[in-house]
Amino acid sequence: MSKPDSVDLSAFTVPGTGRGVFDVFGYRYLLRLLVRKGILTRYHGSALGWAWSYVKPAAQFLIYYLVMGVFLGLNRGIEAFPVYLFSGIVVVNLFNEAFGNATRSIVNNRALVKKIYLPRELFPIADVFIAFVHFLPQLTILIAVCLFSGWAPSLVQLAGALLAIVIILLIATGLGLLFGSINVTFRDSQNLVELILMFATYTSPVLYSFQMVENKLPPWLFDLYMMNPVTAAVELFHSAFWFPTTSGSAARPEHLWLISALAIVIAIVALVVGQLVFRRLEGRFAQDL
Amino acid sequence: MPRTSEPPLPRIIIEGVRKTYTLRHTHSFKETFVAWLRRKKVSTSFDALQHIDLTVGESEAVALLGYNGSGKSTLLKLVSGVLRPDRGRVLTRGRVAGLIEVGAGFHPDLSGRENVYLNAAILGMSKTEIDARFDEIVEFSEIGEFIDTEVKHYSSGMFVRLAFSVAIHTELDILLVDEVLAVGDAPFREKCKAKIRELVAAGKTLFIVSHDLSMVAELCSRGLVLRRGELVYDGAIDDAIDQLKAITR
Repeated sequence: MSKPDSVDLSAFTVPGTGRGVFDVFGYRYLLRLLVRKGILTRYHGSALGWAWSYVKPAAQFLIYYLVMGVFLGLNRGIEAFPVYLFSGIVVVNLFNEAFGNATRSIVNNRALVKKIYLPRELFPIADVFIAFVHFLPQLTILIAVCLFSGWAPSLVQLAGALLAIVIILLIATGLGLLFGSINVTFRDSQNLVELILMFATYTSPVLYSFQMVENKLPPWLFDLYMMNPVTAAVELFHSAFWFPTTSGSAARPEHLWLISALAIVIAIVALVVGQLVFRRLEGRFAQDL
Repeated sequence: MPRTSEPPLPRIIIEGVRKTYTLRHTHSFKETFVAWLRRKKVSTSFDALQHIDLTVGESEAVALLGYNGSGKSTLLKLVSGVLRPDRGRVLTRGRVAGLIEVGAGFHPDLSGRENVYLNAAILGMSKTEIDARFDEIVEFSEIGEFIDTEVKHYSSGMFVRLAFSVAIHTELDILLVDEVLAVGDAPFREKCKAKIRELVAAGKTLFIVSHDLSMVAELCSRGLVLRRGELVYDGAIDDAIDQLKAITR
């Protein structure tokens, strides 16, 4: 038998090791098919199909509008409150869907994870893409409503909206990798995430304005509140969609670009931490599932 | 050793590999706490594999034999990369494709065609490779006109034939097979065997786990016998089968 030491090992690879999220680029075609599968099977067997992607946010919007705007009277002081509400809701919906699905993705794909080696980052990342595709109908409704209300955004504002989407996708991927890998061993993780998602709607200025928070909180706590990347994304969306439909007298957060830059940094840090933890735990996936 | 022509480079190198499983006996904080109070062990570990040394060359058809719990599947999963060794190292050269539980990536709500593409991609093929082999895959599976039907309407035989056909048509250098040849009817099994022989003749490496000794004897030239995580025999397939029959679990 040949001694392994005497063999040229340069042509060999260690099975089960990859380059993490970078491997996903090499598996672009599979990623595309996984996203396609997620989209095709999402509303499989339902008569309304993709109409549900329009019905659900519309119903959600209606309930918030009735409760927050009409019953609680939060719309006083916020011009064009329905547009304000909806432009925030879609951002939080994107975050919730992307983060929530990514967290469960490894456990949901256990049949594959246990049998065949693939860069496992593919599954959470595919789920984030699927969430993005489901975000598009909501964005379409938002744009339609805005156009109806005389929307004329500047290029800078539109760039801000794009930046907001990037922030949300990055942070959802990072947190999804982190909580998704922990979820394999401790299913507590997905329950914790559900809790976080429940808070997400309320810890960002979606149902109220940031000024209401500024008036109640001490400055350092308010700064902390504004450092939440989801808050930055929500405010970027407000600036892009809601603000141009108003008379332009509403107050906008100071240093919105600075806050957004910070959000990008936080999102990247989350991605790096998520990836590191994921790689650390990945070796145990097949035996813990 | 029955190998007459030693190939210049092996396909699989397994060096001093050990795999230990940790079994947790508690599944909640409460159970952990109670176990801790009673000074019971929270987990036990057992060695699924201990110190395995092995080299497999090109064009070799190797059978892994052993009774349940001997560590066969664990060894196969280490080679495929699904599991990582706790000690030692596993090295492979070329593309590894696993015929491990065929159909793991099949989605019942998608058509046969979409499942073929999805699964071939999961097994590492590119779009152009799948396009080039698609007709061959469908023909081998004998699915015919049902290829555009949703897989959930397939009979179990059709399902398995299609899944197997995808796996065996992937571009590969090392083929890992785990107990899947027991599927399908006799004619289809014969076809699969012929296909596997064709692959081995083309220089591919075959690593197979099976309890079907007569089939293994037909397909493989070399046999490895595992017993409680230890490699107890490595040699010609017929001798390996005799060895297996002689040992106890």
